Amino acid sequence: MNTIYILWLRQLKRYLRSRSRIIGSIGQPLLFLVALGFGLGPIFKRAGDGNYIDFLAPGVIAQGILFTAIFTGIELIWDRQFGFLKETLVAPVSRFQIMLGRTIGGATIATIQGVIIFFLTLLVGFRPYSLAMLPIALVIMFLTALFFTALGTAIASTLDDMQGFQLIMNFLVLPLFFLSGSLFPLKGAPALLTLIAKFDPLTYGVDALRSSLANVTQFGLVNDIAILGILTAIILYIGSKLFSKIEI
Amino acid sequence: MDKAIEVKSLVKKFNDFVAVNDISFDVKRGEIFAFLGPNGAGKTTTIKMLTTLLHPTSGQILVNGYDPVKDQNNVRKSFGIVFQDPSLDDELTTYENMEFHGVLYGLDKKLMTNRIEELLNIVDLWDRKDSLVKTFSGGMRRRLEIARGLLHHPKVFFLDEPSLGLDPQTRTHLWNYVKDLNKKENITIFFTTHYMEEAERVAERIAVIDHGKIVAHGTLDELKKHTSTNTLEEAFLKLTGTEIREEEAGAADHLRMARRMWRRK
Ligand SMILES: Nc1ncnc2c1ncn2[C@@H]1O[C@H](COP(=O)(O)OP(=O)(O)O)[C@@H](O)[C@H]1O
Ligand SMILES: [Mg+2]
Repeated sequence: MNTIYILWLRQLKRYLRSRSRIIGSIGQPLLFLVALGFGLGPIFKRAGDGNYIDFLAPGVIAQGILFTAIFTGIELIWDRQFGFLKETLVAPVSRFQIMLGRTIGGATIATIQGVIIFFLTLLVGFRPYSLAMLPIALVIMFLTALFFTALGTAIASTLDDMQGFQLIMNFLVLPLFFLSGSLFPLKGAPALLTLIAKFDPLTYGVDALRSSLANVTQFGLVNDIAILGILTAIILYIGSKLFSKIEI
Repeated sequence: MDKAIEVKSLVKKFNDFVAVNDISFDVKRGEIFAFLGPNGAGKTTTIKMLTTLLHPTSGQILVNGYDPVKDQNNVRKSFGIVFQDPSLDDELTTYENMEFHGVLYGLDKKLMTNRIEELLNIVDLWDRKDSLVKTFSGGMRRRLEIARGLLHHPKVFFLDEPSLGLDPQTRTHLWNYVKDLNKKENITIFFTTHYMEEAERVAERIAVIDHGKIVAHGTLDELKKHTSTNTLEEAFLKLTGTEIREEEAGAADHLRMARRMWRRK
């Protein structure tokens, strides 16, 4: 328990101390909200799909969580190359606890990031449909963050330098985002696109968020949470196996 | 149990490359033992196997009577280490780095607080306890790593090139302290260095490794006699030749570049 706590605390301290990182990570979602939200809003409305900002806001929150979560997971490569990982790996604690502490720490950061973006969406005019649903939205954010931090950690466990980093950003993170239905409704999209989206875990995070914040859903809140929960358990298991195999 | 470390027929292969090639040696309890060799000889690889970071390809190891492959936790509790490469968290303070270590090793809160103060005073960092490590010089980092490695009262202390990049004053200070520690607390010291005069001054026994093989071991006098030389430096050169070994630019160097660029963004 103490092990998990101290690893969590370390992640959090590092995050809170890098103000540039916090500010920098707000730029992208803001861009999406302003350019897409205001740019595509009129078309969306004309097509009879309602207020685009309401639709987009949960998607952009999910995007912020996705990017931050994968990134904090992948930061493991840096700990490895800059040496700090060795300090944790020679300590008399189980690798599973180390991996879990790191992952929960990363997920907490990504959730904070999601909350910051939530406040940004309020600035551009988004209004959640029910205040009572906000705690549930927070849980969904954390679950989504947990999944993607664990995914980033699992991937980073198999890489030993930064060569793969760009590859992951371009061929994993961006497709995960664009194909998830964060930006457009899956309902009415071409069948192939909808099919692909169903294999994208972010789809369920976005759908659950949209359900709790904007009362719009494709698969139903309970299904979304169940799928996310199962996927998270699986990736935590795989991740801890990969993590425990790390040799330095 | 009068042996702190026992190694028998230890082999480590990276794919086809044999980094450690069938070495055997032992280190007595309470001894100061120097493990010398040119760059790429296999010193760090050996230390990583002794400290559970790498799995041996074959051979047996006992550290404090425990097997680093089968009994990792007991081995891990019993040693402290200063790695060749940096291993501090730059974004944490001196005190936080120590505390992190103490919690991982399950130290009692009150004992830990006292011990941290004591150790930081010894390495002269107590008045910098709240400074971020990223503001530290190489020597300060080394001192902190030493204090941290000793926090949980290890029985064996590994130092992999601890004097790398330190000025002569700091080096002298470091070795005086390590010698003192060895005498007072009977901690076994296992270290590597490229400074022969350091080994000559502090080591009770020495092993020389080259190309993954131990080419000589014994006391300083035995080594000098064996090679018919007058100093350890001459003995070392006679044993390992004068050809220069290139240090490989590893992934870490590339990464350092990448990170610098990333940060600039
Ligand atoms: N993970 C690794 N994969 C492949 N080769 C390695 C790895 N680690 C070390 N080596 C190689 O093993 C040899 C011994 O390295 P090392 O033990 O670091 O030497 P030393 O510490 O004596 O300078 C070197 O040739 C090095 O390039
Ligand atoms: Mg080395």
